Amino acid sequence: MTTAAIAKSARLRWHQVAIGLVALLLAAGVGLTVGAAPIPVGGALRALVDGIPFIDVGHGLDQIQLRILYEIRFPRVVLGGLVGSVLAISGAAYQGVFKNPLADPYLLGVAAGAGLGATAALGSGAEPWTVAPLAFAGGLAAVFVTYSLGRSVGGRTTTSLILAGVAVAAFATAIQTYLLQRRVDTLREVYSWILGRLTTVGWDEVWTMAPYTAVAGVVLVGARRLLDVLSVGDDEARALGVKVDRVRILVVLAATLATAAAVSVSGLIGFVGIIVPHIIRLAFGWSYRVILPLSMIFGAVFMMSADVVARTLLSPAELPIGVVTAFLGAPFFVLVLRTSRVPR
Amino acid sequence: MIGWDAVEVSYEGRRALGPVTLAVGDGDWVGLIGPNGAGKSTMLKTAVGLVDHTGVVGLREEGPIAGHDIAWMPQRPAMPEQMGVADYVMLGRSPHIGYLGREGRRDREAVEVALAKLDLVAIAHRPLGTLSGGEAQRAVLARALAQGAPVLLLDEPTANLDIGHAIEVLEVIDELRLSERLTVVTAIHDLTLAGRFCQRLALLVDGVIMAEGAPSRVLVEETLRPHYGDSVRVIHDVEGPTVVPGRRRH
Repeated sequence: MTTAAIAKSARLRWHQVAIGLVALLLAAGVGLTVGAAPIPVGGALRALVDGIPFIDVGHGLDQIQLRILYEIRFPRVVLGGLVGSVLAISGAAYQGVFKNPLADPYLLGVAAGAGLGATAALGSGAEPWTVAPLAFAGGLAAVFVTYSLGRSVGGRTTTSLILAGVAVAAFATAIQTYLLQRRVDTLREVYSWILGRLTTVGWDEVWTMAPYTAVAGVVLVGARRLLDVLSVGDDEARALGVKVDRVRILVVLAATLATAAAVSVSGLIGFVGIIVPHIIRLAFGWSYRVILPLSMIFGAVFMMSADVVARTLLSPAELPIGVVTAFLGAPFFVLVLRTSRVPR
Repeated sequence: MIGWDAVEVSYEGRRALGPVTLAVGDGDWVGLIGPNGAGKSTMLKTAVGLVDHTGVVGLREEGPIAGHDIAWMPQRPAMPEQMGVADYVMLGRSPHIGYLGREGRRDREAVEVALAKLDLVAIAHRPLGTLSGGEAQRAVLARALAQGAPVLLLDEPTANLDIGHAIEVLEVIDELRLSERLTVVTAIHDLTLAGRFCQRLALLVDGVIMAEGAPSRVLVEETLRPHYGDSVRVIHDVEGPTVVPGRRRH
């Protein structure tokens, strides 16, 4: 009968995932081979294959090149992918639960709140493991204040939420600056972190990031159908049996947790959560069933590519990656602002 | 069936509804009429738990199960512009799909049946933003039907429709009521249309039911004039009562 009509409906298609994975492999390949120290593409690929136990193909790289590949480039590319993934999917998830096309971890003040929490941890000389939990607490407090402020001030308009986010971010940044000025000895380190960086030696940050990425990915991708239901509004979603508040809290918790983890390893990298989901919307459609999983893949692609730009533009010096994403993201933000209709 | 028993709603200490008591039997169609702000929408919302209330409302003593027992449609349903008609109708299956689940064969079948019943098959892939008013209202009804609930609560299903489309939509609702044995309650402004289609009417004024019964008993000038103004006239003929505006004499 009408199976064709339903078959055309919005859901994730394998070819979309395939496009994403090919792009991911390309971005990773470029990320592994481009940089201050040249490493031949073929050699890098063979070295990676060589890394698999019991396989020996001979890569022709010297010891220094091998160390750069394994201890610097490889973890950095993976870390970039994880950070990009969670920032993009968090942005998409915030957009879904707040029904606001401009919601993004950076613009909602979540990143700044998480940054404040992380700074407090770094500046007080606390144990390194406290950075992520404090960042989470800061991010959660920020998104709560932003949402409450945005609603109390302007109902549910797009702009009031974002303006509230701007205020919260400014406030968090002010406290953060105050904390920094009191501890000048840590200033330089924290400052470079604030601008957003993916510099890493070894795999520590990757292991910090991986579990958060997995949890956020499972929760948020799991909620993809519910976010589509939420698009008809809270009342109708409730009448359809969805526990709206519970879903919203769960999604915000997961997105904020992931954002906090990303902030605690890589600082404040903005606009990824806006750029990536919107490009996916334009290319692949409105449904969160498509947007959320693809945001994870293309978020990784975007961040790996941005990192290559950050590393090569001023080579051998490095541009903070947050500067690259802001350079691309700010004009994009204006574009989205102009094309998105402001819901009442 | 669905019933309201001594249901009251208050906003900040001010009573907005009730106490109202109304029972609607299986397969019946009751129309809620009354001036603007009388509490018609609020009364429907109590049944799906969207407003806090006292008293009992539902199909059974322990209250309705969200989504399974009652399909409710607001006056202006949100219709995301890019969403396709089939996807929109599939939203109606939400109560039947687990939180992390995805739709199965039964859900797809229910959607197919609903699309076919409301003559939407040819436009099932069209985005909602491209539909005409009548098509959109049919999509809304298809979603409610796909929900598979025995009770249908519709808030002004004919608002913004011209008389031709309004009659068409009400006829579709009546066909569904008969073929699926649905219990229907609609808030409806147009008194004449209400009288033509509903078996019973309840006149709600300031949150209280002032009159209830067959259309020929409720739609009489003595009952309507205190609430709609003295110029309202009712013409009775074989089709039933027709409510028309008279001119105030100058």
